[in-house]
Amino acid sequence: MNQTTRQIASDGLTLDDEERRAIEHARDHYEQPQAACIEALKIVQRRHGWVPDAAIPVIAETLGVGVADVEGVATFYSLIFRQPVGRHVILVCDSSSCFLNDYEALRDALTARLGIGYGETTDDDRFTLLPVCCLGACDRGPALMIDDHTYGPVAPDDVADLLEGFS
Amino acid sequence: MSARRYHSQLRQRSAERRVETHPLTWRLREDGAVLGLEEYVEKDGYAAVREVLSHRSPDDVVTTMKEANVRGRGGAGFSAGMKWSLTMTGPNIPRGYLVCNADEMEPGTFKDRLLLEQQPHLLIEGMILGAYANHSRFGYIFLRGEYVEAARVLSRALEEAREAGWLGRHVAGSDFDFDIALHTGAGRYICGEETALINSLEGLRANPRAKPPFPGQSGAWGKPTVVNNVETLCNAPAVMRHGAEWYQALSGELSDDGGTKLYGVSGKVARAGLWELPIGTTGRELLERAGGMRDGRALKAWLPGGGSTGFLLPEHLDHPLDFDTIGELGSRLGTGLMTVVNEDQSVLSLVRNLEQFFARESCGWCTPCRDGLPWTVKLLQALERGEGEPGDLEMLDKLADDLGPGQTFCAHAPGAAMPLQSALKHFREEFERGVATPPRAASAAEPMPAGDSFTRS
Repeated sequence: MNQTTRQIASDGLTLDDEERRAIEHARDHYEQPQAACIEALKIVQRRHGWVPDAAIPVIAETLGVGVADVEGVATFYSLIFRQPVGRHVILVCDSSSCFLNDYEALRDALTARLGIGYGETTDDDRFTLLPVCCLGACDRGPALMIDDHTYGPVAPDDVADLLEGFS
Repeated sequence: MSARRYHSQLRQRSAERRVETHPLTWRLREDGAVLGLEEYVEKDGYAAVREVLSHRSPDDVVTTMKEANVRGRGGAGFSAGMKWSLTMTGPNIPRGYLVCNADEMEPGTFKDRLLLEQQPHLLIEGMILGAYANHSRFGYIFLRGEYVEAARVLSRALEEAREAGWLGRHVAGSDFDFDIALHTGAGRYICGEETALINSLEGLRANPRAKPPFPGQSGAWGKPTVVNNVETLCNAPAVMRHGAEWYQALSGELSDDGGTKLYGVSGKVARAGLWELPIGTTGRELLERAGGMRDGRALKAWLPGGGSTGFLLPEHLDHPLDFDTIGELGSRLGTGLMTVVNEDQSVLSLVRNLEQFFARESCGWCTPCRDGLPWTVKLLQALERGEGEPGDLEMLDKLADDLGPGQTFCAHAPGAAMPLQSALKHFREEFERGVATPPRAASAAEPMPAGDSFTRS
């Protein structure tokens, strides 16, 4: 998908009933609706893979909070993506224990295999590569996450096989 | 060998873990599977809640927690009982919140993950006790977004507890009402700072708040709020069940601090892992349990409890790992999970890696942190390339001072300063070697690049 079609798709962004209900349900957990804003961003991201600009006023309206308040939050958190990502997001732990267990070789193997650096997406929209804070898997570093699962230790030689499983 | 799915695991066999000595882990299954409600209750689970809610006052719970001297396991080491005693309560004070800080992101720390993934009901029980002691109306588990498995386990456990009457109206048939919601984060290390966590919980940017007022006075939505770490709360059930004296005695002669600690070791050791041991266990014992250094390399330095603690040397291995002792050595116990550096590894490069982490994770609220940390990274990168300039080390010394306690709203910058300052002290010659000789001519100096190694070169 190229940038133009993405832009057009995001312009017509609406929440379906299920998404709206999920956001309203999240809102009930808190004293103020603003608190559900991160969850609402995640709900949008679940369907689209990322949070298009057009989603921000829609979320603000659903929660009854300011557009700037939602935008401020949406630009702060590292797991809220504000540009399109691939079908699978690879989060590479770059913190101290993985660093001491040669994470840089793993990072280099990933960038070589995928032909992308951090913050980039492969041409076939299959993978996006990002660094992440200590994944709490230090006893088996270097570690990484692909979508919802954590793997470790991952040797540079494991990369080809590991990525094979993601279409 | 191919990469395997990661699952949290304890390195201790069940034969070593006993109810009398291992309050956090004695129930854990040998196969590492999650402990469901039924099995938890069979193994004396929720007994402390039943007992406390029917026979003891909230003040009594606070006093017991204080006497047990459970010190905050998130890294700060503040007495949990003392914190609980400072929560505002009274007829005209609204009931507030109990928040579990499950935002485990400290570099080198993988302990809360084990408790969350394998024993969710211990945390829920601890939260009920904490809420009762603090008159909390409602509880939140603030879980980092990447802990997907823990989120699944906790959601299920919360449902189980609600169905069985441990949460909701009239907890365990008492007059006390309390429920818990799971709140999952969306990244950013700073969310682990308790006031930033409260902002994040409220759906705001995770900037820290000024203190005072402390959360116990005015926290989430202006209500009294208690924020405790996962491991801290998981200690509460055994403290209430067996008493402060018993808890204190767990550490025996090893330390003035009470209880046990989930200790761990990572880095290039033979068998990295996690163990529940009496607080005050030495770094040497941990290193031995981890099978020593990998590939016969010698230990060069170690961080006692995460990326925001100061470097210690091999000569410090025989000191008890407790809050006061490690503090006296000029470092901090932090989370109590050791990270080891071997003789072939560069402390300068590790410090550069740590400062890159802290620079990236700064929320940008305070100037010394927002501007000072990227500056340290650039100086360290230059030294790493052997392109440092005379005065760089002195500038790093100054930055470490300026980033220290008292200059910023929260402990992020002081946490970043600690490994830097201690590395400059213990490994100064490594930094000195990075200064170019002869100094680079002025014409060779280039503007500092705006980006860094995060993008493909």
